[in-house]
Amino acid sequence: MRRLLLVLALLWAGPALAVEPGEMLDDPALEARAREISKGLRCPVCRNESIDESNAELSRDLRLLLRERLLAGDSDAEAVAFITARYGEFVLLEPDRSGANLILWLAAPTVLLLGLGAGALAVRARSRAAPPEALSEHERARLEEIMKG
Amino acid sequence: MITELGHFALVLGFAIAMVQTIVPMVGAHRGWRGWMAVGEPAALSQLILVGFSFAALMHAFIVSDFSLQLVALNSHSAKPMLYKISGTWGNHEGSMLLWLLILALFGAAAAWRGGNLPPALRARVLAVQAAVSVAFYAFILFTSNPFTRLAVPPLDGQDLNPLLQDPGLAFHPPFLYLGYVGLSMSFSFAVAALIGGKVDAAWARWVRPWTLAAWLFLTVGIALGSWWAYYELGWGGFWFWDPVENASFMPWLLAAALLHSAIVVEKREALKSWTILLAILAFGFSLLGTFIVRSGVLTSVHAFASDPTRGVFILAILGVFTGGALVLYALRAGAMEAKGVFSAVSRESALVLNNVLLAVAAFVVFIGTIWPLVAELAFDRTLSVGPPFFDAAFTPFFVGLALVLPVGAMLAWKRGDLARAARPLWPAALLAVALGGLAFALQTGRSALGPVGLALGAWVVAGAALDLWSRTGREGAAQRARRLLRLPRADWGKATAHAGLGVTIFGIAAMLAWQVEDIRVAQVGETYAVGGYDVTLREVAEVQGPNYVSTRAELLLARGGSEAVLYPEKRFYPVAGMPTTEAGIANGVWRDLYVVIGEEQAGGGWAVRTYVKPFANWIWGGAILMALGGAVSLTDRRLRVAAGARKAAAPRPVPAE
Repeated sequence: MRRLLLVLALLWAGPALAVEPGEMLDDPALEARAREISKGLRCPVCRNESIDESNAELSRDLRLLLRERLLAGDSDAEAVAFITARYGEFVLLEPDRSGANLILWLAAPTVLLLGLGAGALAVRARSRAAPPEALSEHERARLEEIMKG
Repeated sequence: MITELGHFALVLGFAIAMVQTIVPMVGAHRGWRGWMAVGEPAALSQLILVGFSFAALMHAFIVSDFSLQLVALNSHSAKPMLYKISGTWGNHEGSMLLWLLILALFGAAAAWRGGNLPPALRARVLAVQAAVSVAFYAFILFTSNPFTRLAVPPLDGQDLNPLLQDPGLAFHPPFLYLGYVGLSMSFSFAVAALIGGKVDAAWARWVRPWTLAAWLFLTVGIALGSWWAYYELGWGGFWFWDPVENASFMPWLLAAALLHSAIVVEKREALKSWTILLAILAFGFSLLGTFIVRSGVLTSVHAFASDPTRGVFILAILGVFTGGALVLYALRAGAMEAKGVFSAVSRESALVLNNVLLAVAAFVVFIGTIWPLVAELAFDRTLSVGPPFFDAAFTPFFVGLALVLPVGAMLAWKRGDLARAARPLWPAALLAVALGGLAFALQTGRSALGPVGLALGAWVVAGAALDLWSRTGREGAAQRARRLLRLPRADWGKATAHAGLGVTIFGIAAMLAWQVEDIRVAQVGETYAVGGYDVTLREVAEVQGPNYVSTRAELLLARGGSEAVLYPEKRFYPVAGMPTTEAGIANGVWRDLYVVIGEEQAGGGWAVRTYVKPFANWIWGGAILMALGGAVSLTDRRLRVAAGARKAAAPRPVPAE
């Protein structure tokens, strides 16, 4: 029956609207997992949409594929690995933390530390600086002139 | 004929802009008053010429003159009048002309309002402003001329992208551009100050209102765009960390930082070179945003007019202005000597922390936005950086900002006392903890996002209120209430904007944490329950619109005695061949009801998605408060008095030199 539903879902023509009721799994826990995973997978043919939001045919295929894998007993990580093995890491909306991507992930904490350090140095410099010097001879004379006038 | 006059006006404006770039700059350098004075009439005539040119283009759209290529490609005779008008800037060429118009507007405003500026500074500001204009005149005339005619005009046009035919989006670009381009004023002031070699409190006092205005327009523009995404894209998301959204968010963050650091320059004559750098970067990121949108280098939903050659041109503009300004900065920043002295615990230090957090947050958005490009060019990896990254990397900065804000806002200038500043805030802390705990107790087994967002929001809002209250002295409540109304508007603006931030933080957290979603096949006449509401699909009908056909559903949502009838639609625009979804939304203070109609199902019935989105409107309500705070601050007596002084001083004869 579930298979039949999947096949039926695949046969529907016309633009689908994100997750269709017919695609959803009967087991709410499994369906919740599928939704959560598909929010993190990018539609390969769209502009910056997850397969959960996308109306594209390919996204629907991916949603169905993902649910099939979950039904087959894959863990979340296995299901995602199955899809990235076929569609590349492009589909991961959350870039993995390997290789050069470490630069991306470590950029925020590193720059924050640098920024805080620079800020602290600047504050220290200002707190130790000599107060602005008193009026110069010329300025004092000018001030008196103004006060008189 | 009008079109050709518009085209001619544009070319004439180009020539005047070139004169305005060179003559006042040379004049300021040599100290020739006559040459310096050229800036003013030139800036005004630029505004008149570009304004006429823009009006001519708009006229062509209004009368549907399809002999104009731009109109034929982006309009249609059956389109409603509002979208004929907004179609003027709903395309690449027109939007660049709008950009130029706003640039001219700010230039003319600086000429008109700048009577009290030292003449050399004013001449330089106008010259730099005109230099930016020259680049954009050239860009428009040489790569994206909106006035190109067609030899054989079509009978009707190809219509505007249906997604853009929407009141929210009709006014999104003008506000965004007012913000982007407004930052060009801060940029011009920064470069002029670098050339002149002088940054002081007076300089900061002139820069602040321009930055504030730019920031508040950006706030409105971003909020409009996010609101549009919320009701138009069909699943109720409001922010996607899309490159184009990020492109407007980075200048917003930097403008917010600039706004705060300019306060330190004005009040305490410190942080000068950092403020100059921020002003350069903020406008640099505006140009970068334009580059991202116009080149389509980072593909996204918004790149409706992408073209690589244009991208290269804008990249060159970006490189020349940002690069040039940064070189100038490197050469001259050493001359900016700080004067004010402050201790480690002081308002100044708190504002430094504010700046670090905002600037690093902007950097995080920046690296996330360009990382796919870097990874592809440098590491040969095709990857995506999506919302999960930004949520994880960006959110901590705003949590940190919200935590520090109320305390920092109450610290004394120069030498503060942390304990003394925190003392009046304990009711706010208590309220925040109590509300957070209450929310945690009421919600069972959900994420901590909701309670934390509520606590943070309450802390910031209550902190802003206590900040105002603490300025009213120590007398009886009646006396203090009276004094509250007489506080300077800058204080009110500050509290309002800060409270707005708290409201937005709460709205975002609450909506994400407590939203209820239901997706199902509903039969006509069937009733089902979602989040405490009884939802009935009453009927689904085909409806004919002015330039679209629509499948329109009627749903009744009832809870207790109250009920709402919603009409979600699925539209199809035949000319553009595009479907759009129009969600049915019942707006409310405490929650939005949001329904979307989907496909008719093979076995009968319709796919229907129903959402209950708690506190959704608080997100944009907070943004409105932020913008309102900026506007109130702009009307402060300090600025009005300066304007009055200018009028009094204006007739003074200019001494010969």
